[in-house]
Amino acid sequence: MTPEMNVAQVERWASALSGAAITVMALKRLKEERSAGGAALAAAGGALIYRSATGFCPVYAAAGINTAGGGHDTREALAGSAGARVVEAMTINRPAIELYRYWRRLVDLPRFMDHLVEIRVIDARRSHWVAKAPAGRTVEWDAEIFNEIPGELIAWRTLPGSAVTSAGSVSFKPVPGGRGTEVRITLQYDPPAGKVGATVAWLLGYDPSQTIHEDLRRFKRLMETGELPTIVGQPRGTR
Amino acid sequence: MKAVVWHGTNDVRVERVPDPKILQPRDAIVQITSTAICGSDLHLLNGFIPTMQAGDILGHEFMGEVVEVGKGNAKLKVGDRVVVPFTICCGGCVFCEQQLWALCDNTNPNAWMAEKLYGYTTAGLFGYSHMTGGYAGGQAQFARVPFADVGPIKVPRGLSDEQLLFLSDILPTGFMAAENCDIQPGTIVAVWGCGPVGQMAIRSALLLGAERVLAIDSVPERLRMALLGGAVPIDFEKEDVFDRLRVETGGRGPDACIDAVGLEAHGATFDAYVDKAKTAAFLATDRPNALRQAIHACRKGGIVSIPGVYGGLLDKVPLGAAFQKGLTFRMGQTHVIRYLRPLLDRIERGEIDPSFVITHRLPIEEAPNAYKVFRDKRDGCIKVVLKPHGMTIH
Repeated sequence: MTPEMNVAQVERWASALSGAAITVMALKRLKEERSAGGAALAAAGGALIYRSATGFCPVYAAAGINTAGGGHDTREALAGSAGARVVEAMTINRPAIELYRYWRRLVDLPRFMDHLVEIRVIDARRSHWVAKAPAGRTVEWDAEIFNEIPGELIAWRTLPGSAVTSAGSVSFKPVPGGRGTEVRITLQYDPPAGKVGATVAWLLGYDPSQTIHEDLRRFKRLMETGELPTIVGQPRGTR
Repeated sequence: MKAVVWHGTNDVRVERVPDPKILQPRDAIVQITSTAICGSDLHLLNGFIPTMQAGDILGHEFMGEVVEVGKGNAKLKVGDRVVVPFTICCGGCVFCEQQLWALCDNTNPNAWMAEKLYGYTTAGLFGYSHMTGGYAGGQAQFARVPFADVGPIKVPRGLSDEQLLFLSDILPTGFMAAENCDIQPGTIVAVWGCGPVGQMAIRSALLLGAERVLAIDSVPERLRMALLGGAVPIDFEKEDVFDRLRVETGGRGPDACIDAVGLEAHGATFDAYVDKAKTAAFLATDRPNALRQAIHACRKGGIVSIPGVYGGLLDKVPLGAAFQKGLTFRMGQTHVIRYLRPLLDRIERGEIDPSFVITHRLPIEEAPNAYKVFRDKRDGCIKVVLKPHGMTIH
């Protein structure tokens, strides 16, 4: 690894993909509208392609971020306003302690988190995560629980050297008046192309907070009903 | 099996489709002995409800016999005779716990669609577009009933299908509309629309002790049925509805007004024609002519109860009149499960026999034509019951 590289492999191909997509979109827009926005997008797309090709991101360099490994540290990468942040909440009609216990086992999280394939528990704090990646590939990382209050809160972060950099917490708070338990997820992550990438992902129709929202909804449904509603496999007429 | 399948606006066909299977532990499969076409199915036929897909199986009023039960369903057994409510309910969310069954959090697999349109999702429904789950409906020989340990009610053998079938929708819907009127001694209720739900609302209001029920429609046989049910019929094509209601109520106006028409109102007033032109040109989604009249006619401090279905955005609703007169609005899909037991008891005691509304009994193969006859109110048609396994059973 040369000193000029501060972008991890996973991020590099993600940058290439989103860079190409933005450039195409921007050129299309420039052709149709000749807008300033189109020109800015074209520049952003170009920058991402550069970043993927060289493994060097000027934005990361300026922010003091390095996801390429070696000196990589979650606290550093996600310090202050670095990374993207998603907050989602859902109220679930089960006691907080029951929800906490299900979550804390970790191995059942893939039942409602669609992008996860598997979680293996390493020890009381550490676990190994396997998630889906584009084109049938997987991406894996290790994480640790660095803070927990039984029945109330679980906080985790990825371990240094992981392909993914994220930190998050889930809290369980009883709501008065028989309304159930408020489950709140805060997720901070270093998306495939930094902040530009998050904006781009949104432009391309991928919405991280909707993803977390749907994960939480599946969690709620499993906890409240024991199954997930589906119509997959039911009869239908000819289309 | 045979099923009634939606293919597009004014295109409903009977097709052979695969039999339904158990997909989740709490499911049951019901062999359908009787199923009905609902007035709200006409909104689908006429293309007023978005997110329908070609190939969708229609129908949400059905009953029959349980032929298969999922492993996680401790309530039903093979051979049970059941009526299935049109709303699918989980029984575990806060809304189900509070008997607000139609607002169930957990049964719509396409919750995100409903959230986009309405902010939050409501219960999944049988055969009523993908926005409410895309569940295959009950105008078929068999149906898969999800969360079948919550909704379906076991019914005794001694009563006929025709007496029981309407527990699935129109009887509870008309009853809830009447219950929402807060009927006290002396209460006068006006009902817009004398279709099946209006007919059930009329009889329910009288059952709950209404002083009088005034029934508004223009179809002669519907007005005649309302009269037989104990209501005062008012033909909106022959007289001014507001004036007649005012005189009938000693100048006060009806205490409660039920809009049993919903989003496809027909009317003889100027605004009705404007609405029709606008919805035909896709400038508006719903035609709220009956609702406007109900708000206008309602007495000060009265209640407007809305069992009629609305789906989108309404144009020129007289909110000023509603505000100035301090009206209360009550509405929504019916919390069917809340009413199953009490209404079954009333049927068993002979207090109400909802089979009076049936005008057509047909084999399921006749469904495409039956939809059109019902839509056009031809041949005296008020309510169609389809028999999926031949005319002789039950």
